[in-house]
Amino acid sequence: MAHTQTAPHSSHGKTVPPIIRVRGAAVRLGNRAIWDGVDLDVAAGEFLAILGPNGAGKSTLLKTILGLLPLTAGRISVLGQPTRRGNPAIGYVPQRRSFDAEVRVRGRDIVRLGLDGDRWGLPLPFLHSAAARVAAARVERVIDMVGATAYADRPIGELSGGEQQRLLIAQALVTEPRILALDEPLDSLDLANQSAVAGVIRTIAHETGAAVLLVAHDINPILPALDRIVYVARGQVMVGTPEAVITTATLSRLYGTTVEVLHASDGRIVVVGQPEGEEVSYHGHR
Amino acid sequence: MVIADAIGPSWDLVADYQIISQYHFMHNAFLAATLVACIAGVVGYFMVIRSQSFAGHSLANVGFAGATGAALVGASPIVGLFLAGALAALGIQVLGLGARQTRQNDIAVGAIFTLALALGYLFLHLSKNEYGNGIYDVLFGNPLGISDGDVRVNLWAAVFLALIAVGGARPLLFASLDPEVAAARGVPVRALGLGYLIVLALVVALAVQVIGVLLIFALLVTPAAIANVLTTRPVVAIALAVGLGVLFTWLGLVVGFFAPYPVGFFITSFAFAAYIVVRGGRWLLPHWHNVLAAQRMHEVR
Repeated sequence: MAHTQTAPHSSHGKTVPPIIRVRGAAVRLGNRAIWDGVDLDVAAGEFLAILGPNGAGKSTLLKTILGLLPLTAGRISVLGQPTRRGNPAIGYVPQRRSFDAEVRVRGRDIVRLGLDGDRWGLPLPFLHSAAARVAAARVERVIDMVGATAYADRPIGELSGGEQQRLLIAQALVTEPRILALDEPLDSLDLANQSAVAGVIRTIAHETGAAVLLVAHDINPILPALDRIVYVARGQVMVGTPEAVITTATLSRLYGTTVEVLHASDGRIVVVGQPEGEEVSYHGHR
Repeated sequence: MVIADAIGPSWDLVADYQIISQYHFMHNAFLAATLVACIAGVVGYFMVIRSQSFAGHSLANVGFAGATGAALVGASPIVGLFLAGALAALGIQVLGLGARQTRQNDIAVGAIFTLALALGYLFLHLSKNEYGNGIYDVLFGNPLGISDGDVRVNLWAAVFLALIAVGGARPLLFASLDPEVAAARGVPVRALGLGYLIVLALVVALAVQVIGVLLIFALLVTPAAIANVLTTRPVVAIALAVGLGVLFTWLGLVVGFFAPYPVGFFITSFAFAAYIVVRGGRWLLPHWHNVLAAQRMHEVR
């Protein structure tokens, strides 16, 4: 990938301020610390996967960056500003939601709501025809970008999970965000759709230069595009390249028990012995 | 109706119009019913896409207790209807019953509205002598008995609600279709939900004069449900719901004027008939396409 940078430095060696800066961040829910002492810098155009077992606080991390959940300690800045709800610089696709079959509104309208659905008042097309054309063209472009042109005018409730997910990604893209926050966008899709939607996300990251934060359970489909991994487990957060994080030593330290990372001859990485008993396999590309 | 025995329709539309327009109460009926149908069409579309028709129905039933309670203390039934409905809206929101309907929510809403009906029954019993005759108006509406004052109230309410709709329809649409993303984008989803239910309570209070708490579905839900089947564009659907609501009320008023049966029955029946036709057509459409496709295949061969 041309834009791939693993550290917040430009190729000229000049320091570029990170697009997201997390310092000493912690979240507690009641008496339970979700995670603490999190430091993270995300550079423009970087592609990060947030991994970890269920309930480790992956979505929580995403939501604090979005300004939807408060930190109990530390601070997060996005584009040099404190986090705030409704920041149009971040496009957000929440954890898998699907529209009921009886929702009879076009996919195009759902995408359009992402552009100006939060504004009060009604747009009057005959008064602002130029603005209306610009908005329609923007909606058209993101629909084309995710490859949803063929079914954008059908009721969204009648579309398949993969088709709905593409339109929801288009909705997140329509404000031309600098950051794309995707919460398990591939889960509950079948295998064919997983790799197709992953391909769409990779292409978008490449074409728009947006930084991508993607919460994933299975990183197989996105690994070729990954710059770094944010691994969340047992109240701790580990940041690094896939090769650095997915190792026996690192994961064993994170989990506090012996976890083994096996390298298969075809380049696949298999993680065994995770405490909750689930086996996750990762593709290595070495 | 009373006048029905004296006059029958001539089936000459101009002559019939002249007959109807002679009566001041028919002017008021048309004005009030048209305003109510317009408001109900807009609010009803959101009720359909928010899947809150059951919650809306329960507001109407709680309104029955409000109307009879108001009569007990000598207040206007409209005020009682609105206050009771607003209170119920608050309760629905606080208890989280306004969310997409689940079985648990259905039971809770059902339990509350049965209690409200029972309360209304009690109030009715307590004030039997003064209010006994008005009860039919609350339950089924009385569009032919609408006063000039009522029309004025409806007009102001319509202006007020139109302003609210222009200001808040877009964020409400976002919050209704996609609450999570809307909240992340800074739309006050919960506040809009409560505001919507309170507006609904106001609309129910206004609509009761025309169609009554038991038949209110015919103006609030049926036109919007038909529009939702016919189009996938929100703006077109709202316009269609308003148009259908106005059509059903006008037809109901005209037929009810000449026929010796109540207006509310006709409005509800026309709405239901249209709903059946549209749903049936929608069910038949794919079959019809199959037939056409088979025919084309046959011709190609």
